[in-house]
Amino acid sequence: MKIHEYQGKEILKKFGVTVPRGIPCFSVDDAVRAAETLGGKVWVVKAQIHAGGRGKGGGVKVAKSMDEVKTYAGQILGMQLKTHQTGPEGQKVNRLLVEEGADIKKEYYVAALTDRATQKVAMMASSEGGMDIEEVAHKTPEKIIKVFVDPAAGLTDAQANELANGIGVPAGSLAQAVDTLKKLYTCYMETDASLAEINPLILEGNGNIKALDAKFNFDSNALYRHPEIVAYRDLDEEDADEIEASKFDLAYISLDGNIGCLVNGAGLAMATMDTIKLFGAEPANFLDVGGGATTEKVTEAFKIMLKNPKVKGILVNIFGGIMKCDTIAEGVVAAAKETHLSVPLVVRMKGTNEDLGKKILKDSGLPIITADSMAEAATKIVAAVK
Amino acid sequence: MSIFINKDTKVITQGITGKTGQFHTEKCQEYANGKNCFVAGVNPKKAGEKIFDIPIFGSVKEAKAQTGATVSVIYVPPAGAADAIWEACEADLDLAICITEGIPVRDMLVVRNKMKAKEAKGGKKTLLLGPNCPGLITPDEIKIGIMPGHIHRKGRIGVVSRSGTLTYEAVGQLTEIGLGQSSAVGIGGDPINGLKHIDVMRAFNDDPDTDAVIMIGEIGGPDEAEAAVWCKANMKKPIVGFIAGVTAPAGKRMGHAGALISGGADTADAKLAIMEECGFTVTRNPSEMAKLLKALLK
Repeated sequence: MKIHEYQGKEILKKFGVTVPRGIPCFSVDDAVRAAETLGGKVWVVKAQIHAGGRGKGGGVKVAKSMDEVKTYAGQILGMQLKTHQTGPEGQKVNRLLVEEGADIKKEYYVAALTDRATQKVAMMASSEGGMDIEEVAHKTPEKIIKVFVDPAAGLTDAQANELANGIGVPAGSLAQAVDTLKKLYTCYMETDASLAEINPLILEGNGNIKALDAKFNFDSNALYRHPEIVAYRDLDEEDADEIEASKFDLAYISLDGNIGCLVNGAGLAMATMDTIKLFGAEPANFLDVGGGATTEKVTEAFKIMLKNPKVKGILVNIFGGIMKCDTIAEGVVAAAKETHLSVPLVVRMKGTNEDLGKKILKDSGLPIITADSMAEAATKIVAAVK
Repeated sequence: MSIFINKDTKVITQGITGKTGQFHTEKCQEYANGKNCFVAGVNPKKAGEKIFDIPIFGSVKEAKAQTGATVSVIYVPPAGAADAIWEACEADLDLAICITEGIPVRDMLVVRNKMKAKEAKGGKKTLLLGPNCPGLITPDEIKIGIMPGHIHRKGRIGVVSRSGTLTYEAVGQLTEIGLGQSSAVGIGGDPINGLKHIDVMRAFNDDPDTDAVIMIGEIGGPDEAEAAVWCKANMKKPIVGFIAGVTAPAGKRMGHAGALISGGADTADAKLAIMEECGFTVTRNPSEMAKLLKALLK
């Protein structure tokens, strides 16, 4: 689960990391009032969307007067902000963060994430802050320093010093940088984050270390023990169909193609999408109905797929194990009837009670096309939508 | 022969009294030698009771002492599953198989590091399979986990995969064209897990009763590439490889917690390329995994 920058900064602040003073805003009037409350002569008006690269897309502006605050807030609020992470249609800006200006002397990058290979927490730092870290990793990998943390020991002083020294924090600010890194690690662990990134972490003219941005991603398996993080969820930033699907315990992701697919199991679902592509079409979605699919779940899955106007055909691929093919067949027939299905439907089912399932499909009187293999199913659905 | 388990393996079921644990324990008992294999259950609140004639003990340690079991299978719900894994490890079992899906990643990080620390101090190494996996099966001998037993046939092909249903797909294809399996192993879809592709490939390589292997992976993480490099230098048997997720968009979690493209080296295309380079027969068509493997045997 992702959250906004201002929410991330609230979390960092709670763990003792220094962040600029700032106020989240939902209107231009809010923004002006926020700037007045903050005082000073320079403010930063920042678009709050869940994608990165906001600055380059025109979503971050430095205002030097109240008029500018008003102008920029008006420009940014409601805009379709396009960044390399939003896709070509962009993401609508509904929230702003108005912050006090900062005296930036140097920008660093620091982050915590879980490293699969070592099965430890990787703490990363770079002297090249404020840039796209993927680009730094590609062009100058030597400028990224990593240490791997055993959760039993935590981030040690030696490790934190290695990072802070490695990115060239001046001696006078070293203790504060080390302290910030340790707090970032604690925050990462205690919130069950899967990514906690500060880019940039800045050195101010007076030697202070401050987090100028905050990007978090949280492990959805652990949200049950973090109601305070669930409260940060912003449904405007998520795909409406994906939210609807999650209510029925369906794993659904919208894609760009025209063949809807409904599969049991995540791996088989991806393999089905790949097979559709291999045989000349594009999948419209990823949809895993999971192990315990009921008629209700299958019907909801059909409804969600069919909401997408691009869908010209549906492929159902089920490997019956504990879940029996006849149960799924009944669900498919009921769903096709309830949704008055008008696009071609190909069903491939294998495994437990396969023959019974096929008979139910045949006896339904519906124009359901059956197939024995994934390849055959893909060939048939691609032909049917042409 | 087979890998990790056979008809003589004695198994403890952790979480035997829950709905999932009961359902699958019954199925596992019904499969091949299951009646003799599933010898103990664990639930501290129900110690002394029985379920399907299986005695329930208060702890894994006690179950092991009383029955001589060396393997456990875990159906404990997510919030307590990592503790259940640690209990199996502290009891010095040979292997713990964790079926549970949805365990917080931090819990797995903590327990994996504890397990490694125990080994480093000279303690017994307990292998972990999973979590979030279907388990493993040696056809006609023993099934530990949630896979449908009836699609399997005894034979000489190994199967390893992160995905449950994709394992069944490969097994189903093999059985259909007359090729049985030595063992089929689901290593699970989580980012922090126990046995990886490389460990299972090593076991299949050492197993005199395995002639060839189907290795299935998916997007996310470095494991398939690591296994491929190892196989190039060490594997003496032919391998068919498939990676799911060529069409998966970057940065999206595709059902499995671990199925997420985060760099550039963990895409399906990148993994397929390195597997091909390392001598695998790779395919982009998952319907022809068994057919390709059969061709390699000639």
